[in-house]
Amino acid sequence: MSLLGSPAPADTTDRRNAYVLELRGVTKVYAGGVTALAGVDLAIAAGELVAIVGPSGSGKSTLLHVIGTLDRPTSGEVWIDGHSTAALDDQQLASLRAQAIGFVFQQFFLLDGMSALENVATALLYTGTRAGERRRLARELLERVGLGHRLHQLPHKLSGGERQRVAIARALLGRPAIVLADEPTGNLDTRTGAEILALLEELNRDGATILVITHEREVADACRRQVAVRDGRIEHDSAGEA
Amino acid sequence: MELAPNRLLPGDVLRAGSIGLRTRRLRAVLSALGIAIGIASMVGVLGISESSKADLLAQLDRLGTNLLTVTPGQSVFGEPATLPEVAPRMIGRIAAVEEVASVRTIAGASVRRTPYIPIEETNGIGVSATDTNLLATLNGTLEEGVFLNAATVRNPVVVLGSVAAERLGIAGVGAGLRLYISGRWFTVAGVLEELPLAPTIDRSALIGYPIAGELLGAGQDATSIHVRTDPGTLADVRGVLPRTSNPENPDELSVSRPSDVIEARAAAKSAYTSLFLGLGAIALLVGGVGIANVMVISVLERRSEIGLRRALGAGKRHISLQFLTESLLLATIGGVAGALIGTLITVGYAWSRGWSVAVPAYAPAGGLIAALLIGAVAGLYPAVRAARLSPTDALRSV
Repeated sequence: MSLLGSPAPADTTDRRNAYVLELRGVTKVYAGGVTALAGVDLAIAAGELVAIVGPSGSGKSTLLHVIGTLDRPTSGEVWIDGHSTAALDDQQLASLRAQAIGFVFQQFFLLDGMSALENVATALLYTGTRAGERRRLARELLERVGLGHRLHQLPHKLSGGERQRVAIARALLGRPAIVLADEPTGNLDTRTGAEILALLEELNRDGATILVITHEREVADACRRQVAVRDGRIEHDSAGEA
Repeated sequence: MELAPNRLLPGDVLRAGSIGLRTRRLRAVLSALGIAIGIASMVGVLGISESSKADLLAQLDRLGTNLLTVTPGQSVFGEPATLPEVAPRMIGRIAAVEEVASVRTIAGASVRRTPYIPIEETNGIGVSATDTNLLATLNGTLEEGVFLNAATVRNPVVVLGSVAAERLGIAGVGAGLRLYISGRWFTVAGVLEELPLAPTIDRSALIGYPIAGELLGAGQDATSIHVRTDPGTLADVRGVLPRTSNPENPDELSVSRPSDVIEARAAAKSAYTSLFLGLGAIALLVGGVGIANVMVISVLERRSEIGLRRALGAGKRHISLQFLTESLLLATIGGVAGALIGTLITVGYAWSRGWSVAVPAYAPAGGLIAALLIGAVAGLYPAVRAARLSPTDALRSV
């Protein structure tokens, strides 16, 4: 069985041949004059597994927010799944996130009081998908990430690694064009972190485009392409070397 | 590629709006309680006052509003006036008058169980002479025994009003049960039920006019005349009563309608009702403030949830809708509980008073609408605040 299920009939885009993410001259200057991004150009094609690596304060969190359309750049263009974000209003950006972007956070951000299954199903809440269908897809995906036996557990009963698996399943449920993983192993011990990395690699082999933001060299090394960020600029991109 | 707009199905609005209540149940119950108390007190106040009013009006229906009472007033010199002895008979000649009965309070007469009880202990019971048709005129009934009749009005026989019987400790009309009235023994023939239209009769021992004159030396002029008229001509009868009763001095008497007192009592209930309704409204307002408070705290606590939902594709309106729904749900739970509690209080109180229950439908319905309005107002600001939260700030806050 393919990880992402059978493709939806409406989606005929061949993502392998197109950039799912493209940044052109993106800058971000915060109120008060702090320059977080000083002209970033980056293009990621469908099916890639990319690590954005850099020390804290390098601008990678801002980069994540801009790529995730949670924040707008001061200047430059952000293209996601064929949409220029500058042309979209707040409501449309939310729609874009609902269907094209999956998030994995360091703090997991699972909702208390909801089972693992319901947490994963929430990913399709804002797409107008019926509850039954959401749960069916969520169950498939949870089984795929190895949590078929923990479907009805509440988050606080799950281990850190299990929580991150639930979060990864949630990020993938909508079959997004790109998955953004922000320090996905940051709250986990080394062994569990390695397992989560292995899962991300496996999901990438199955077709998911994944962008990992990290400050850990080992995590970055696990990815096929590394982009090093420093002082708001791309210092090094291993894509050109291959 | 077409960008499909994000949307939240109606069922999911409820599901998302109730998650805060499901995960923080105690808090939800406590904040809904504020609304419940407000609504319950308002529904209860309306229900109880309506039930008691309905009871008074039912009593009026039973007693009739077509009774008039003539009492002597004052002479032009400010001295107590008297009614002519013939007044009852004159009134009886008015065509529209159905029944006339007169009562004379016998000043100085006392009623006691035995001569050994000090004469000062009157218990507030007076002795009155009356006609045999008093009971029919007042629509009264006997609790026990018989009323005065053509034979007993000439004999030392007494009938007691309900309060008089109770104060004298008369539990039943046994054979030979006697009372000591102004130096004479009177046999107790009957005990009356309460007479709401003539409360003074309740506190009286009633004897016949002939025996009153014979044994107690009482005058034969009435101190009050009760007139039952045809309901349609009540106003006309009222107009001619003074001149019929006392043609010489029609100003020296007053005509009253005892049912007015009961109607006034029903109206007085409304005055109290508005006061308690006001208190209920304040309770409701405080409940609303409680909900607003809980919602503001909830938004602060759930910043990361808001951020996550925005990341999952929720628009601002979906976030505000979720928190507004939560506030409305809280208020609805409180409102429904309050309407139920208020109705139960009414039923319980009416039952304890022996009234029939009359909860006006507008009370619980209005209470629910008020609760929803309060919920909407209380939830508006927190909902807007939640929606305005920038996703990046919300996600950073952990």
